[in-house]
Amino acid sequence: MRDELYQQTILEHNRSPRNFKKLEGATHAAEGYNPLCGDHLWIYIKVNPQNMIEEVSFEGSGCAISKASASMMTTALKDKTIEETNLLFDEFHKLVIGQLKPDQQSNHLGKLTVFSGIWQYPSRVKCAVLPWHTMHGALEKVKTISTE
Amino acid sequence: MSAFDVHRYRVDFPNLNISVHGKPLVYLDNAATTLKPRCVIDAINAYYVTGVANVHRGVHYLSEQATAAFEYSRQVVRQFLHARRVQEIIFTKGCTESLNLVAQAYGRQFLKSGDEIIISHMEHHSNIVPWQMLCQQVGCVLKVIPINDQGEIIIEEYLKLLSDKTKLVSLVWVSNSLGTVNPVKTMVEAAHKKGAVVVIDAAQAVTHTPINVQDLDCDFLVFSGHKIFGPTGVGVLYGKEKWLEAMPPYQGGGDMIKTVTFAQTTYNTLPYKFEAGTPPIAEVIGLRSALEYLQTISWEGMRQHKQELLNYGTKILLSIDGVRIIGTAKDKTSIVSFVVEGIHPHDLGTLVDREGVAVRTGHHCTQPVMQRFGVPATARVSLAFYNTKEEINILSQAVKKTQVVFQR
Repeated sequence: MRDELYQQTILEHNRSPRNFKKLEGATHAAEGYNPLCGDHLWIYIKVNPQNMIEEVSFEGSGCAISKASASMMTTALKDKTIEETNLLFDEFHKLVIGQLKPDQQSNHLGKLTVFSGIWQYPSRVKCAVLPWHTMHGALEKVKTISTE
Repeated sequence: MSAFDVHRYRVDFPNLNISVHGKPLVYLDNAATTLKPRCVIDAINAYYVTGVANVHRGVHYLSEQATAAFEYSRQVVRQFLHARRVQEIIFTKGCTESLNLVAQAYGRQFLKSGDEIIISHMEHHSNIVPWQMLCQQVGCVLKVIPINDQGEIIIEEYLKLLSDKTKLVSLVWVSNSLGTVNPVKTMVEAAHKKGAVVVIDAAQAVTHTPINVQDLDCDFLVFSGHKIFGPTGVGVLYGKEKWLEAMPPYQGGGDMIKTVTFAQTTYNTLPYKFEAGTPPIAEVIGLRSALEYLQTISWEGMRQHKQELLNYGTKILLSIDGVRIIGTAKDKTSIVSFVVEGIHPHDLGTLVDREGVAVRTGHHCTQPVMQRFGVPATARVSLAFYNTKEEINILSQAVKKTQVVFQR
């Protein structure tokens, strides 16, 4: 069911988050905080000289949505160029606010479309985008990102 | 079995009849705001349908009627609080504005650099931030009474903090996030011995216990209309007349003046000195209706019913694996804050909502309380006299269902 928020994939990533560690040798890092619900995470990124993301990891605590979103983001961004990352960030943002319908519009989101139902839960959208905003901030060299 | 006939009162609250996600609403978020009885909605409606006029102006019929209804509401609030004089009742837009009014109008007049203000660790942000702002403005110092692991004020620590430097104590009577009922009367006495004035935040207390400000002897007491079955946008500040007289106005505008010239303005008498601009007339009338409605119900009946709900809810929640209750004071109102192992409160809140159950999740505007108990947030059940054990059972099922989802 597309409108169901807590799908198997999300619950599974919440239970066993991927790349859940501090990244040694990160070239970019930023802290993300949502004071409303207390979601708090750090994103670490290693960008190589070819402007390609070699590795992404995260640490922190938060709800299942923010944790799964962070975990899935780290796997989605591996081996992407900065340009591809920015495109994905834009598509993900449109997806969670209901402006991109993955069934009808071409996109590069892949498994990330499990978040397509979240626009129906406006108070939870910020949980899903926090890791993405933090990642974006890290690439833009912004130290602390806050979503409310 | 309680003698309190809850169903007799549930019919008075039309909002209880709605469905949420196809399930009957189970409203357990009364500490955030209470539902409104039909009479309150009717009173507001009647003002807008047949009684619209501004107050304290104009000589026409409707204006006279509106002024009379507005001022009669002040009498009803005076009786509700057992205040000595009606001049001691100031209408504000809510508890938060009432606290800011005291901080700015009393605080800036009477506190100076080096003076101390005492609050507790369990205050709502609205009883922390106005005092921090005052401290920045006049250079006074904020002291915080610690709380124990049950979520109770440590009285010995309070007595140690009190000194000749203490000029003001501002205390929450009933904690919105822990449910703790504080021994405010003895705390007022102790503060007065040191010559400090005491502000009581009664936002949650107003539905917990009858209030007698003269017996309590507090210098100020504040509450909001919407947490006592009245409308949003109206609150009350009670203040002892001697303090209100000595305080400068909080805001300038119409109604709070006697005469205005460009050379000099003279201020109006109490309570109007603190009510600049057109007040929330419909809301004040609605609040009166809510207080009159409450008078038709026995306090003792409500107290017993809510105590039973609290005991039952606590027992039922604790019977669920992985549930931990935050706030286990001996003296508690019908508020249960809890966390479920392995499930973030926001996920819990979203999933129980799918079952029609409204609970608050988050820090409840008490971030220091969350820090004290080492949790980012809690889920909070806050029960009103119209709630039932059946509703607690539905909550319990919804929590268990959430656990199943998370074990999938």
